[in-house]
Amino acid sequence: MSETILEMRGITKTFPGVKALQDVNLDVREAEIHAIVGENGAGKSTLMKVLSGVYPAGSYDGQIVYKGQEQHFKSIRDSEHVGIVIIHQELALVPLLSIAENIFLGNEQAKAGIVDWDETRDGARKLLSMVGLKEDPDTLVTNIGVGKQQLVEIAKALSKEVKLLILDEPTASLSEKDSAALLDLLVEFRRQGITSILISHKLNEISKVADRITVIRDGRTIETMNKEQISEDRIITSMVGRSLDDRYPGRTPQIGEVVFEVKNWSVYHPQHRDRQVIKNIDINIRKGEVVGIAGLMGSGRTEFAMSLFGKSYGQKISGEVFLHGKKVDTSSVGKAVSHGIAYATEDRKTYGLNLIDHIKHNTTLANLAGVSKFGVIDDMAEMDVANDYRKRTNIRSSSVYQVTGNLSGGNQQKVVLSKWLFANPEVLILDEPTRGIDVGAKYEIYTIINQLAAQGKAILVISSEMPELLGITDRLYVMNEGRMVGEMPTAEASQEKIMRAIVRAEGKAS
Amino acid sequence: MTTETAPSGITATGEKVKVQELSVWGALQANMRDYGLMLALILIMLFFQYFTNGVLFKPVNLTNIILQNSYIIVMALGMLLVIVAGHIDLSVGSVSGFVGALAAMLMVGWRFPPELAFLANPFVAGAICIVVGAVIGAAQGYLIAYHKIPSFIVTLAGMLIFKGLSLAILAGKSVGPFPAEFQLLSAGFIPDLIGPTTLVAASEGVQPLVLHTTSLVIAIIGVVAMIGFAIHGRSRRKARGYESEPFGLFVAKNLVIAAIVLFFGYMLASYRGLPNVLVVMALLIALFVFITKRMTFGRRIYALGGNLKAAALSGIKTERLTFYVFAIMGALAALAGMIYAARLNSATPKAGQGLELDVIASVFIGGASALGGVGAVAGAVIGAFIMGVMNNGMSIMGVNIDWQQMIKGIVLLAAVFFDLYNKNKA
Ligand SMILES: Nc1ncnc2c1ncn2[C@@H]1O[C@H](COP(=O)(O)OP(=O)(O)OP(=O)(O)O)[C@@H](O)[C@H]1O
Ligand SMILES: [Mg+2]
Repeated sequence: MSETILEMRGITKTFPGVKALQDVNLDVREAEIHAIVGENGAGKSTLMKVLSGVYPAGSYDGQIVYKGQEQHFKSIRDSEHVGIVIIHQELALVPLLSIAENIFLGNEQAKAGIVDWDETRDGARKLLSMVGLKEDPDTLVTNIGVGKQQLVEIAKALSKEVKLLILDEPTASLSEKDSAALLDLLVEFRRQGITSILISHKLNEISKVADRITVIRDGRTIETMNKEQISEDRIITSMVGRSLDDRYPGRTPQIGEVVFEVKNWSVYHPQHRDRQVIKNIDINIRKGEVVGIAGLMGSGRTEFAMSLFGKSYGQKISGEVFLHGKKVDTSSVGKAVSHGIAYATEDRKTYGLNLIDHIKHNTTLANLAGVSKFGVIDDMAEMDVANDYRKRTNIRSSSVYQVTGNLSGGNQQKVVLSKWLFANPEVLILDEPTRGIDVGAKYEIYTIINQLAAQGKAILVISSEMPELLGITDRLYVMNEGRMVGEMPTAEASQEKIMRAIVRAEGKAS
Repeated sequence: MTTETAPSGITATGEKVKVQELSVWGALQANMRDYGLMLALILIMLFFQYFTNGVLFKPVNLTNIILQNSYIIVMALGMLLVIVAGHIDLSVGSVSGFVGALAAMLMVGWRFPPELAFLANPFVAGAICIVVGAVIGAAQGYLIAYHKIPSFIVTLAGMLIFKGLSLAILAGKSVGPFPAEFQLLSAGFIPDLIGPTTLVAASEGVQPLVLHTTSLVIAIIGVVAMIGFAIHGRSRRKARGYESEPFGLFVAKNLVIAAIVLFFGYMLASYRGLPNVLVVMALLIALFVFITKRMTFGRRIYALGGNLKAAALSGIKTERLTFYVFAIMGALAALAGMIYAARLNSATPKAGQGLELDVIASVFIGGASALGGVGAVAGAVIGAFIMGVMNNGMSIMGVNIDWQQMIKGIVLLAAVFFDLYNKNKA
């Protein structure tokens, strides 16, 4: 057994009104992959922010012992100085700078303040090859996908001579292929003696690569499991405090007539007028039906949904939308909402929430009419609504007055969901509704989806997790490069069948 | 290894719907900023009261402070919306100057043919001025909202344009005086419907003390209404279990506010009564508090400034909303311009210049965020009074204008610094 590289002892951290961490202990051994799991809001990110000096010494209680020495990090720079590098849940790259510039940001390859561009590029190239990313270092970060951006973050960490790499939900928005590549990289790092701490809600990944797992619940350490003890069921039981027999709640679908129909939908790229992003799509959803759209990252699913929802994406949009057989105008978000169409975004920070305002105001924002008369808000009614949805979606917060920017990632996602549930739409489009959400809460969200379907709503779910789609939908569309390339009842679908549809389409395209 | 059985189920969620009553200290901390600002204003007033040898609190001076700052406060209300929406309006000073000039030309400058003579009527002219202000604001708002030109640039251009236009229509001269009705806007006081009451008759060696009873009664009615609303709101929240403010604090807060209002009401009543413009201001303040706190329109402005994209994707018509905000700002700038002109009793080409800086500073001292989405009407009003009292106090003390500017700049910085410090500590 290798030595302990890091020990955190009795860490307690309080925010006004919330005890985020209480007497948490963590020990990490040299060159292992140590996973941290726990429900949304359990305190995982907070613990890592304590470790990396985002919350400076003095703002928490407890001890951090790194390589045998007690540390008092005052800032991120201090922790980086000893080789601890954190990659946050939300990526921190500058979109309009190049890959090379991002890698060396704050750590420029410069002499006397003058940047040595050759050195910068060479250095970047070396680091990129270490993480297996084949991109020109001069490419702007905005022009590469999230998966690659994640690798750039890691390259940036390597440039700081990392000894202990912390990754907070690195694979949440990655495709399966990119996720696998990233995990392989961690395994490779382990071989080279770099220790990793990995936070993730994807338990299958964790059981695959982690050497040990620490479970946190309600701000406390529950246990640390060794390799031989690890199993998904075991993790879940420890995480939520009870066993979860099924991952997907059962239901008997009652499917009626077609409610929502889209015909011949085409969209062009917002900047490049000639690039067609969505190509002649036809879909329909029936009453009480849960329909899924499967596809790889970048297949255009979000773009399709957003263009449908008040032309929120793209230009030169053409096609028709029918509700109960009648053609409707969805050319602005207001009109779409007034027809009972809702879209809950996958990108909660950019499109979902007013991060500086609290839960209550965010919950009612899409349906202020529901809590007001003649433009005057009934604050008591609003309070009731906010509390009700906070309870239904199980949002973990001190009260409905907690600012959403201070919520944990998963709980932010639940606020976005609450907002659209309260808008009470007839057609609900959910884009990656469980991204970053823990297993227990996922189950609750599926239950809510089932309830909505039972009420006769039409639901469209976009998800990159195929087991999820297979678990909760009635019918599936498969999308690839802006086209619908397959449709099947979920009962007859499988991951292989979906992949085959995608591969077949790609074969045709080339 | 630790194995611990924590309570089963998913805890720490919304089981307890009822809001817990905070401790007095907790409630004070939670509202630190509001109380802090109020306290700062009181301290500043006491400071000047002392260093002006008691001149500051003289009824005549208090009346002056209100008259001198009324137009700033009127514009600060609109500026608050603009800043909360994530924009800025640099043109308000020039627009107010321009509208003041327009008012003067309509009422006394231009010779209308008989069939158009009604335009010179102070009420007609006043209405025209407000509409012109709203149209100016709307035009700028249109460019900002629908053509996405940054507000900084549009209103910077507006500032130059209307500065030039005032000069042009006044032909470089001062125009006045205004008709008597128009002067009442700034120089008038609430007429004595009841009273006045003579408390101390004039006699040898004794200053007479005459109280304008009507004004005092209005102040008392205002206080009673305010307390009534507060009690009603509290009992409503209490009934639903949503009250968090400790009772003691609630009583203390309302008593203090009532005492302050009554004190100033009494002071004003003992001079010439409530100025008309104060009544206009109070109504506008109440209206804007209501808009920002209770109306969907106000709520949407906060959402727009907090996250434009999320607001748009929630079905908020962000463009139209921005447009309205600037139109309202324009109308208020027009009103302020008229108050200013009525106060000077003439329109001058330089009127209004630089006022935008005081207005913007007031809103930021009041706690608004330059990034949008944060700010309160009460804060902006107190911020304006802080600036106003400092101006007034320093003038009485005979502080040079150069020093005055520097001190105001430092106070602005200190207020914003204090804000950020507070936020980071939390
Ligand atoms: N700045 C803050 N102010 C107040 N409360 C906070 C702040 N940051 C975090 N919290 C609270 O601390 C708790 C722990 O949050 P944290 O982000 O660590 O959760 P997490 O385990 O990372 O969850 P997730 O899986 O959803 O990312 C939450 O209840 C959150 O609301
Ligand atoms: Mg987290």
